Order: sequence, then structure tokens, then C-alpha cells
Amino acid sequence: MHLKYESYVREALVDGKKDYHQVTEDICAPIENKPTKLWRLGFLISLSLLGFGVFSIAWEVWLGTGVWNLNRTIGWGWDITNFVWWVGIGHAGTLISAILLLFRQGWRTGVNRAAEAMTIFAVMCAGQFPIWHMGRVWDAFFVLPYGNSRGPLWPNFVSPLLWDVFAISTYFTVSLLFWYAGLIPDFATIRDRAKTKFRKNAYGIASFGWAGSAKHWQRHEYLSLVLAGLSTPLVLSVHTIVSFDFATSVIPGWHTTIFPPYFVAGAVFSGFAMVQTLLIITRKVLNLQDYITIGHLEAMNKVILVTGSIVGVAYITELFIAYYSGVLWEQEAFRLRVMGPYWWAYWAMMTCNVVSPQLFWFKTLRRNIWFTFFMSIIVNIGMWFERFVIIMSLHRDYLPSSWSYYTPSWPEIGFYLGSFGLFFTCYFLFAKYFPVIAIAEIKFILKTSGDKYKEEMTPIDEQSEESFIEEQAHHH
Amino acid sequence: MAIKKFATATYSDEAVLFDAVKKTRGEGYKIHDVYTPFAIHGLDEALGYKVSDLHVAGFIYGLTGTCTALGFMGAIFTTWWPQNFGGKPHFPLPAFIPITFELTVLFAAVGMVLTFCYLCQIMPGVKKHIFNPRQTDDKFVMAIEVNDSNAGAVEGFMKTTGAEHTDVQVAEADWWYGLWSNKEDYEESNNTQTQEVI
Repeated sequence: MHLKYESYVREALVDGKKDYHQVTEDICAPIENKPTKLWRLGFLISLSLLGFGVFSIAWEVWLGTGVWNLNRTIGWGWDITNFVWWVGIGHAGTLISAILLLFRQGWRTGVNRAAEAMTIFAVMCAGQFPIWHMGRVWDAFFVLPYGNSRGPLWPNFVSPLLWDVFAISTYFTVSLLFWYAGLIPDFATIRDRAKTKFRKNAYGIASFGWAGSAKHWQRHEYLSLVLAGLSTPLVLSVHTIVSFDFATSVIPGWHTTIFPPYFVAGAVFSGFAMVQTLLIITRKVLNLQDYITIGHLEAMNKVILVTGSIVGVAYITELFIAYYSGVLWEQEAFRLRVMGPYWWAYWAMMTCNVVSPQLFWFKTLRRNIWFTFFMSIIVNIGMWFERFVIIMSLHRDYLPSSWSYYTPSWPEIGFYLGSFGLFFTCYFLFAKYFPVIAIAEIKFILKTSGDKYKEEMTPIDEQSEESFIEEQAHHH
Repeated sequence: MAIKKFATATYSDEAVLFDAVKKTRGEGYKIHDVYTPFAIHGLDEALGYKVSDLHVAGFIYGLTGTCTALGFMGAIFTTWWPQNFGGKPHFPLPAFIPITFELTVLFAAVGMVLTFCYLCQIMPGVKKHIFNPRQTDDKFVMAIEVNDSNAGAVEGFMKTTGAEHTDVQVAEADWWYGLWSNKEDYEESNNTQTQEVI
């Protein structure tokens, strides 16, 4: 049974004097009001970026992948860097919605909806890169195992690139289902208070006819719990499989067993940074500071500190193992990373990912919004460079005459900008038409973690131990 | 599909609702349903609901996914299209693990969500009677099915349970297709059926 008591020592998760109705009012307000000028401007910028991205892709499809600056030595460039980067960003959403649900972390309720939305949009962006990299994109369906008319021809099920197809599509589907299952009751809330006919019908369809029956809530709880249980190993598997793209090859600097844990930690690291970037702006623009508090930001900064440190240990372990293995090729690959033509990328990565997050040991910095926002950008830049550094191990292969240097061409940069356009177009639509915070879940924790109800805890805190146990045991 | 009469009581606090549910069941009334804006732990026990078997369904779906993945990949690599990848075995179980795992999760998740929708009878376009528009906002609503003779008595009892508001409503107990903005669409969409009954 849910304990109806939480000490006032724990920080309130919902600030201000809120009751259930006020929670509904606050979170539904952005949906029911006209979009602000700032929203229109942001949406327009996102759409133009998306348009430029579409143009860059069209250029690449029409003229072929030759318009990208890839060559025989460096076969993967910005596209796969961006693919891994976007998939990694998605991981924070699932971590918040699934793993923190299993750990019963109350603070997840304030941020899980937006973080899961971020996951879905990030995976959508990630999926674009390998698809358009295929070149002859009209044959992209060849990766699917279906009874085909090409004779008994099947995809290679033991290739990590095919595992990726299964991992990313499963991850997208399950995240979407988990997210939507949570949205159904909140859509019902918007539907029942809708003033306009269109809104009533649109949210009526979106809410699947949810009425809030006790039996349905019971099933909903089971569904959320099992989906969380399924998503937890899933999120770990996805970036593990992405790391297999590198680790199962025989390229020096890639062929290491440290990759799966190090990729997963890095994914969570960059994902939380992106959540911070988005939520610091969202809470301000939509006036939701009472629900996404400084306490929430601090909790996420702690995750960034931990995962940043794991990533740092992984970088140093890689260097040590390269030295300790005594393998000439491995040693040379790492010497080139640190001191080779791409030394600047390596040191940008080291500074952004390993050194700067250590500042979060200071509580004043963890609770400083401007510093958090600045750091979230730094971490995302650092994590982009991590993937770039790994992929640029290709620039020196076994044949010195093939050694090469790579800089992106404009369609590659345009493609990357376009993925931002896609991401933010989706996010702006989400922020306008969807409840950005899980309304029902906030109400669930309101009486234990709301600022208003914390004051009422004082008489309970002063009770003797026996009478407290007595009272809690007979609750309800 | 059946139109029935319900006495409803609206509460504004879940603690009052718990006592009311206990009292109502103690008096021997059969509660049609309780509607709440969020999940309340312990309410299913208070209403005497059994534990949901949804997770058992999820396990079966997951197992189906495992068997599908292993069965298909095994059949393809050993029988339908046996390929020689550098002399490696035709049934490399460790290399099959990633796809097998993904399909297990995919089948379990998709199957469970569809089962959930089926059990709760929800899907796009479905419409249900909402006893109080604030039951998805901040109010807790209890409904008891009544007939013409006991409606007054049941409503009178409900007033003694700490309800903020009580009334008697005639409503469709099940669901139907319709637009949520249209108040009269139940009669319209069921016009033919009603005529047959007459």
C-alpha cells in the first residue's frame, strides 16, 4: 500500500499551494491558450531547418552518396556520428520513464513525459542517418526479413548492422507504446474540460474513450510496470548493439569489449544533458517551474556527474589497455587519437566529457540554472565529439597510401541541421498540443510530495514511533 | 449495450472515497464502478477486485516472440538459405541472442498494450458515458446501478457517505462509437436498434 507520509526533510517535488484542480489548470494552460510569439518563431525556425535538411537529402539521393566527403578509407563520417549521437540522446528518456519507475524515484513524474517525447523524436532523427546512407534508399526495405520474390534470399541475421535494424525499430515501437499508454488518461482530462468542438473531438479520439474506471487504472498500473520492466533491459541492449557495430569489427580502436558498457553510460550522459537543455527552456516558456523544480534539475545533474565519471574512466581504461595489450596497431590507433591529425577532436571530447562535469561536485553549481544550461550544451558537444573521434579512427588504415583526412561537405552538414529541424519541429508540436507533464502521475504524488501537503506532515513527524506505525497500518 | 439507471456520488478527497467504498460494500450494495482522475493504490483491493493477469499475457507474448525469432532464424540459416559465413556454424546461438531478445520485448510490449485496450474496451473513436466531467480532473465518482423503485433510497444512502454531490443518471453502461462533442449521438447511432426493440 502507498504510504501517505513523506518527511518534510525531503524536498517538495511540486512547489506552490497546489490542489488537484490547480495541477490540471497549470498543465493544460499551454494547450488551451493561443500559441505565443516565441513558439511561432521557434516553430518557424525548426521548419526551415527541416526544409534545408530535406533539400540536402534530396541532393544526396539525386546525385548519390558521392556528394558526401566519404572515401575508401573513411567510409563513415558525420552520418554515422550523428546516428550514434541521436540514439544515445534517446536513452535518457527511457532511463527516466522505466528504470526510475522501477526504483520508485518520485522526481521522475515531473520530467518523464517530456523526456520520453525526446526519446521518440531522437530515435526518429537517428533512424534517418543509416537509411539515407544506404544511397539507393528505395531498396531500404531489403533489410526486412520477409518472404520475398528474390529467391530464397534473406538478410544476414548475424550481422550487427541487422541487429541495429531490429534494436532501433523495437526501441522506437516500445517507447512509443509506453509513452502513449501514459498519455491516454491525460488526453481524457483535456477532453473533459475542452471548450471547443474540435478540441473535444480530437482529444476524444486520442484518449481512446478513457473514463478513469478503477479496474482500468489497476490494469494501467500493471501495464506501466511490465512495460518499464521490458524497457529497462531494452534500453541497455540498444546502445550495446549500436556499440557492436564497432566492437565486432577488426579495426584497431574499435575491437574492444569495453564498448557496450561505455556506450550505454555515454548515452545516458548525453541524454540527460539534452533533457536539461529542453526542460530548462520548457519550464520557463510554459511557466512550469513549480513542477520542474531546481530539485529536479539537481537530481539530473547528479546522474550527469556519475555517468560522466564512468565515461572518463572508460577513456582512460581504453588508453591503458592499448598500452598494456602490447598490440602495435592498437597502440598506434590511440596515439593517433591523442596526438594525430584529429587531436583537436580528442581533446574537445576529453574537456567536455571528463573534466567539465566534475564541476557538478559543487552543490551551488548543481542548483544553478544558467550553469546547468551551459553545461548541458557542453556535454552534448563533448558526446558528439566522442562518436566523431571513434569513427575517425578510420583515417589511418593498414595501407599508408590510403591515409586520408575527412571534412564534411555541405549536404552532410545540411543533413545534420535537418535532423535538428525534425527534432525541434516534433518537440514544438508536442509542447503545444500534448500535456508536457504527466498530469495523473503528478496528482498521484501530490499528497506526499507537494509543498502544500508537506506542512501537514509536521504533526506526523512529531508522533511517537508506536502511534505512527499503528496509524499507518490502519490507513484505509 | 444497455441503457441503465445509476445513482452517483461525487467525492472530493480519496480518503473520504475509501471510507465510502468500505461503507457501501458493507451495506451490501453492488458498486457499478468508481472513477478517479489518477491511479489510487489499494482502491482495487477495497473494491474487492482480483489481481490483473495482464502480466501473464505479457509473458506468453514474450515467449511467442522468442520462439518466432529462434524458429525463423534457425529455419532460414539451416534449411531455407544455408550460407557459409567463414566456416561458422549454421545455428550460431550467441549471434542470434540480440534479435531474439528484441523480438521477445517487441511481441510482449505490443501484445500487452493491445490486450490492455481490449480488456478495457478502449480504442480511437470509442465513447463512454462520463458521470461527472471532473472525474478526470479532481473529483472521485462512485456509481451504483439502480431501478425506479430503489433510486431514491440508494441516493439517500449515498448522501450519508460523505459525498459532495449525488444524483441519479440514465446512461449507457457500455461504450459506443461517437464524437465527444455531440451530446445526442448515442440515440442517433443506435436509432435502428431502438426501433427494433419498440
